[in-house]
Amino acid sequence: MQYEIIIAGFGGQGVLSAGRLLVYAGMLEGKHVSWLPSYGPEMRGGTANCHVIISDEEVGSPILNFADIAICMNLPSFDKFETFVRDDGFILCDTSMVSSEKISETKRKVYGIDATTKAIELGNKAFANIFIIGKLLQITKILRPESIEKALYDVLPEKKHYLIPIEMEALKMGLSN
Amino acid sequence: MSEKVLMKGNDVIAEACIRAGCLHYFGYPITPQTEISHYLAKRLPELGGTFLQAESEIAAINMVYGASAVGARVMTSSSSPGISLKQEGFSYIAGAELPAVVIDVVRCGPGLGGILPGQCDYFQVTKGGGHGDYRNIVLAPNSVQELYELTVESFNLADKYRMLCMVMADGSMGQMMEAVQFKDKEDITVYDKPWATNGMGNRGHSNFITSVNVNPDELEKTNLRLQAKYRLVEKNEIRYEEINCENADIIVVSYGTTSRIIKNVIKKAKKIGINVGLFRPITLWPYPYEALAKHTDKVKAFLSVELSAGQMIEDVRLAVNGKSNCYFYGRMGGHIPAQQELLDEIIRILKKEDK
Amino acid sequence: MAKERLHPKSIQDKVWHYCPGCSHGIVHRIIGEVIDELNIQKSVIGIASVGCSYNNYEYFNFDVIQAAHGRAPAVATGVKRVLPNNVVFTYQGDGDLAAIGTAEIIHVAARGERLTTIFINNAIYGMTSGQMAPTTLPEQITKTTPVGRNTDYHGFPIRISEMLALQEGTAFVERVSTHDVKHIIKAKKAIKKAFMVQQAGLGFSLVEVLSTCPTNWGLTPLESQEWIKDHMIPYYGIGNLKGKDIKV
Repeated sequence: MQYEIIIAGFGGQGVLSAGRLLVYAGMLEGKHVSWLPSYGPEMRGGTANCHVIISDEEVGSPILNFADIAICMNLPSFDKFETFVRDDGFILCDTSMVSSEKISETKRKVYGIDATTKAIELGNKAFANIFIIGKLLQITKILRPESIEKALYDVLPEKKHYLIPIEMEALKMGLSN
Repeated sequence: MSEKVLMKGNDVIAEACIRAGCLHYFGYPITPQTEISHYLAKRLPELGGTFLQAESEIAAINMVYGASAVGARVMTSSSSPGISLKQEGFSYIAGAELPAVVIDVVRCGPGLGGILPGQCDYFQVTKGGGHGDYRNIVLAPNSVQELYELTVESFNLADKYRMLCMVMADGSMGQMMEAVQFKDKEDITVYDKPWATNGMGNRGHSNFITSVNVNPDELEKTNLRLQAKYRLVEKNEIRYEEINCENADIIVVSYGTTSRIIKNVIKKAKKIGINVGLFRPITLWPYPYEALAKHTDKVKAFLSVELSAGQMIEDVRLAVNGKSNCYFYGRMGGHIPAQQELLDEIIRILKKEDK
Repeated sequence: MAKERLHPKSIQDKVWHYCPGCSHGIVHRIIGEVIDELNIQKSVIGIASVGCSYNNYEYFNFDVIQAAHGRAPAVATGVKRVLPNNVVFTYQGDGDLAAIGTAEIIHVAARGERLTTIFINNAIYGMTSGQMAPTTLPEQITKTTPVGRNTDYHGFPIRISEMLALQEGTAFVERVSTHDVKHIIKAKKAIKKAFMVQQAGLGFSLVEVLSTCPTNWGLTPLESQEWIKDHMIPYYGIGNLKGKDIKV
């Protein structure tokens, strides 16, 4: 099985770190993974994105021409990457940021979670990406939640480890949403 | 072997530099390889080494020249336009027979071009660019793991032959994260450098490092010595990988990022009964001409796939020497060919060859 | 009675290839004497540049690296960063330092590299046979300014020492001349001090040496010495520009 995922949103929404977390967890599960960020001026402008591949087999090109899943954390990303998704793929979006009207217009299958709203309720909008990952795990069973937890411990600097229990709470909320 | 870790290609290059015992780095920022300098700016001073941001790529390569002349393992890194500026230095390094490592994370040209991945500098890195009869060893990894291994190896090769060794990656390999497994202990050969101009000390005579000689007999002799060394490199250091080349209908020749896509295409093609082989040069100079030529009688055609307008295809043709048809497929501007796009091209070529 | 030859250890016993009356021989000799006096022959590393003195390693008896045109300061930086305890100097002419290598020399000064530069200013390109240099004087005739340097058209000479003295990383700058014995002795003092400033780790040091080029000036050796006195010194001035009070 191979998942090709694009994760896009505003800089600061944690789209790059969400991708890193997924591939790290994938690596911990013994899968082949790659992560490629958009780089250059785009990093500073508005939208950032990364290409993520999690596969049972060796990864070919780390650069995607199409994706199975587009995770869109804001409206510009939804507009830009809607057609990037294969016909049998789906879009996962933050419904706090993308209107239901917009979602109703696309022919692609769409899953949603109001990640940013929920994250603010939990006390920090930076957790929005964790809600999204939770929802992704619910839809695809691509990775085990324990792997995400272990990855968080490995990826985050120690001084931020106190946040992990809250992030895991957000992950579980995403999983059961 | 240690545990697998997830790292960016550029960070892995920097880590490999340290692991190879290189404690001196001189460079000038250019996308998409700046993370190399971020990593080394932090680590090298901690290790008692040098990280220096030079005023230009030209200055950086000449700082490398100086550091190498006094016997240090030393490296610089850059990307296409920066490599153009360093070419004068490459020629002097070749002439003075100094070991040095240069990392080129290639982007798209010509001119300022773009920052997305390219392989449009194959001519530049393999055929010179600087003046004079000289060669550089060029290694072309296609994974983050190989980026690590070949960067470490490049220092050994540079010291062994007293010449410049380049590692040619592309923007996506520098930027991507992949799992990498570091060795517990690196394979480092330490070479004596009695030629170094590190102060006379008790040597009893002075040393000098130079590339100039206005005496035609002596300069020809120097050139013949260089050429003999290059022949030795050609004899000893050719590296390549072959996948599914036995019984292949068509062999795709590709290196770096594009060779990874071909691995997927091989599987896709098998499902529709086409046998595609991949011939991947790992040393772009010396080029594996003979190994590639061995396949000429067995396949219907060769296809060179590159992120360029067709550069390595010239070496493929030299290897094949007119005995098979050679085709080219390339994308430019930062585009990467899709698997289906390549499979369609392969089908088109095979139909044409079957006629 | 055989006369004892007072020959510096740091200079090889060879005949110069330089033209009669050229200052290179004098400046080489000064450097050799200074290196002997400071007892650094075994540790000093010289950087030769591109110009008539490109192969000065044929005369110096210590380690020398020949650099690409204008890049000697960068090469010296690479050397000094690896070997901070060795005395490192560049030997550059006006084309090498003040034209093609302007960026490199400004940046070693700005970084305060513990290096010394001996800057040979003879107001002309010697090796390529007499073209205009950045330091060519107004009205001076060269092969590429056949009716004289017209400042409206060719621009003005660059006062390198003044420019580099402005850099905070520069510790010592002096402009000296080689046109008579008195000034040669002063030149030697300045060069020795420049090396000592480097040894003391105070920053970048530079000595600009107003030098002759009889062949390309079209003058005899004696006339050339007069030309420095009558034309170059009035334009550039000689003396210390920075670090006069440093005690080393």
